[in-house]
Amino acid sequence: MSRTTTLCAVLLLAPLAARAEVTLSGFLQQNTAFNTVAANPDGRHYKWLEERAQLKLDATGGAWRLLAKGDVAYDHLGRQDQSELREGYVDYTASNWDLRVGRQIITWGLGDLVFVNDVFPMDIEALFAGRPLDYLKRGVDAVKLGAYPEFANFELVLSPDFRESRIPDAKRFHLYDPMPAVANRETIKPGQGDAGLRIYRDVAGYDAALYLYRGYQRTPSMRADSMTAPTKISYFYPQLSTYGASVSGRAGEGVLSLEAAYYDSRQDRSGSDFTVPNSRTRLLAGYQIQPAEDLTLGFQYFAEAMHDHGAYLATLPAGFPVEERWNHTVTARLTQFYRHQTLRLSAYASYNATTGDYFVNPELRYSFTDKLWGAVGANFFGGKPSGQFGQLSSDDNVYLQVRFNF
Amino acid sequence: MKRWWIWMIAGLLPLQALALSGEEVMKKSQAAFLYPGKDFKARVVMKLINKDGQERVRELTMLRKNVGEAGGEQKYFMYFFQPADVKDMTFMTYKYPAKDDDRWMFIPAVNMVKRIAAQDKRSSFVGSDFTYEDVSGRDLEDDTHAVEREEKIGNRDCIVVKSTPKGTDADFGSKLTWVDKENFLPLKEEQYDRKGARYKLFTADEMADIQSIPTVVKRSMKNLQTGHRTEVAYLKTGYNLGIEDSLFSERFLRQPPRKWVD
Repeated sequence: MSRTTTLCAVLLLAPLAARAEVTLSGFLQQNTAFNTVAANPDGRHYKWLEERAQLKLDATGGAWRLLAKGDVAYDHLGRQDQSELREGYVDYTASNWDLRVGRQIITWGLGDLVFVNDVFPMDIEALFAGRPLDYLKRGVDAVKLGAYPEFANFELVLSPDFRESRIPDAKRFHLYDPMPAVANRETIKPGQGDAGLRIYRDVAGYDAALYLYRGYQRTPSMRADSMTAPTKISYFYPQLSTYGASVSGRAGEGVLSLEAAYYDSRQDRSGSDFTVPNSRTRLLAGYQIQPAEDLTLGFQYFAEAMHDHGAYLATLPAGFPVEERWNHTVTARLTQFYRHQTLRLSAYASYNATTGDYFVNPELRYSFTDKLWGAVGANFFGGKPSGQFGQLSSDDNVYLQVRFNF
Repeated sequence: MKRWWIWMIAGLLPLQALALSGEEVMKKSQAAFLYPGKDFKARVVMKLINKDGQERVRELTMLRKNVGEAGGEQKYFMYFFQPADVKDMTFMTYKYPAKDDDRWMFIPAVNMVKRIAAQDKRSSFVGSDFTYEDVSGRDLEDDTHAVEREEKIGNRDCIVVKSTPKGTDADFGSKLTWVDKENFLPLKEEQYDRKGARYKLFTADEMADIQSIPTVVKRSMKNLQTGHRTEVAYLKTGYNLGIEDSLFSERFLRQPPRKWVD
């Protein structure tokens, strides 16, 4: 798909190329993350160790624009497939509508590392392995149509191919596995694509949005061929629709964000299939203030309610970890700049009051020059052994990032 | 000679200018400095220079549109070219007189538009010696203004106005502004800290008539206590370009139109 898209883009833009304004830029990057508690399951001591180069081509001609961002990377931990097209799309902009075709990064919602309406693919491994923020999201191969009539703005995203989120690799992270003895595993991806619609506008000085999505869970569920004598485990992406809304605006001294979504688990509406996540409701309230110069504080409260909890409990086999009906999480972020905003200290902490799971990420980043920056940070995890962060409690790591832009 | 009285009034004009209150001078100055034209565009090159002479460059296109009269609401749109790690970042402000601004930022790394808290207007603008207020204006009602004296800067006659914050939240204790008597542009500003020591120095270093509107095209702000300074040049300036209201929206924060951000 991406190759076809790029080819189409090149052909479409060929006549325009002569009078297009073209810029080339990119960066060279070194990224290392080493374990501070235990070796990886595969015995290595690094969560990440790679050199990477990115080249970005940006060409504009009239109403057209082509953007291509490609990475070439060398991974010292044995992965061969690290080079990728990060983004590659063509834009056409008319006065009250526009179109973007190709691989693109889409982010919905207001959360800070808490995802309520952002149903687009993420790279969760990148977040936990100390990679720069630009790698948190993965592009989707899609057509995005924007329409801007007077009364509201519309963003329709149609993706012919489903793209999953990248979850941490079991060779590098200590993932909770209820059936560690079963080695035969397969992954089944949906044969179809997905669709999303975001409608947004200003309502009395507040930014309001509605979100609709029909597709699949981005992270896989697992199912064994037999509960009593399993020989094979299949990973699959259950059908999902979401209906959500968000609003944000000034409140008191800061910015208040409210967001909610209903996750309709279409493959398990009764809640009686324990391998498929039940339908659920997610609620988020966030508040951000700037109490002093170059200091920003952000707080979030996130709640998740599982529907049909009784049906879930009734069918959950003995020995499997039990998920509560309600999950309450609080997060805090501090960002402080020093030295004319060339030195940034940030710290993010998330605590799940229901399971005791936590994730803490402090980071110090310095721009040595306008072209060269480096960051040092750490990821700390803990909590319930089967929990989101608890299972990673021996995956604590310290990371370094150095990037030279050109 | 029937119109002798016109000449008499003309003769009195300088006296009238002198008779302007500090408040009125600052109001005219703000109108001349921050509100001319219906809209305005400039390519802004900021050099942040530390006391050892080390330079960092911040480069952006700034678009401004007035919603109403001088002193009223304004909308700002900024697109960053430099440094490389903020390239393609955009920033939008709805500025309201006597109330906190609304601010939004587009972060290209995660392709997300975020509303940001904006209560501290005395914060540094992109790490420079200029504050947000220095860029888009300080509410005149936040200070008391008194005419101190008249004084020449070079060959320009200026009115010197002393402004003292009414509240205690400002980082400065008082400031003196040299306002050009003819075009009301601020030519110099001295800020004093709360202990009365010299704190920051603003100078208008170069003027140009852009579409016959007198415009400060080079300015600098120096922190006298740290030795850090910021030099700003406005390039590709233009007034009354017909910037559409729709530009100041999430749509264009995400996809800034090439015709406005060159």
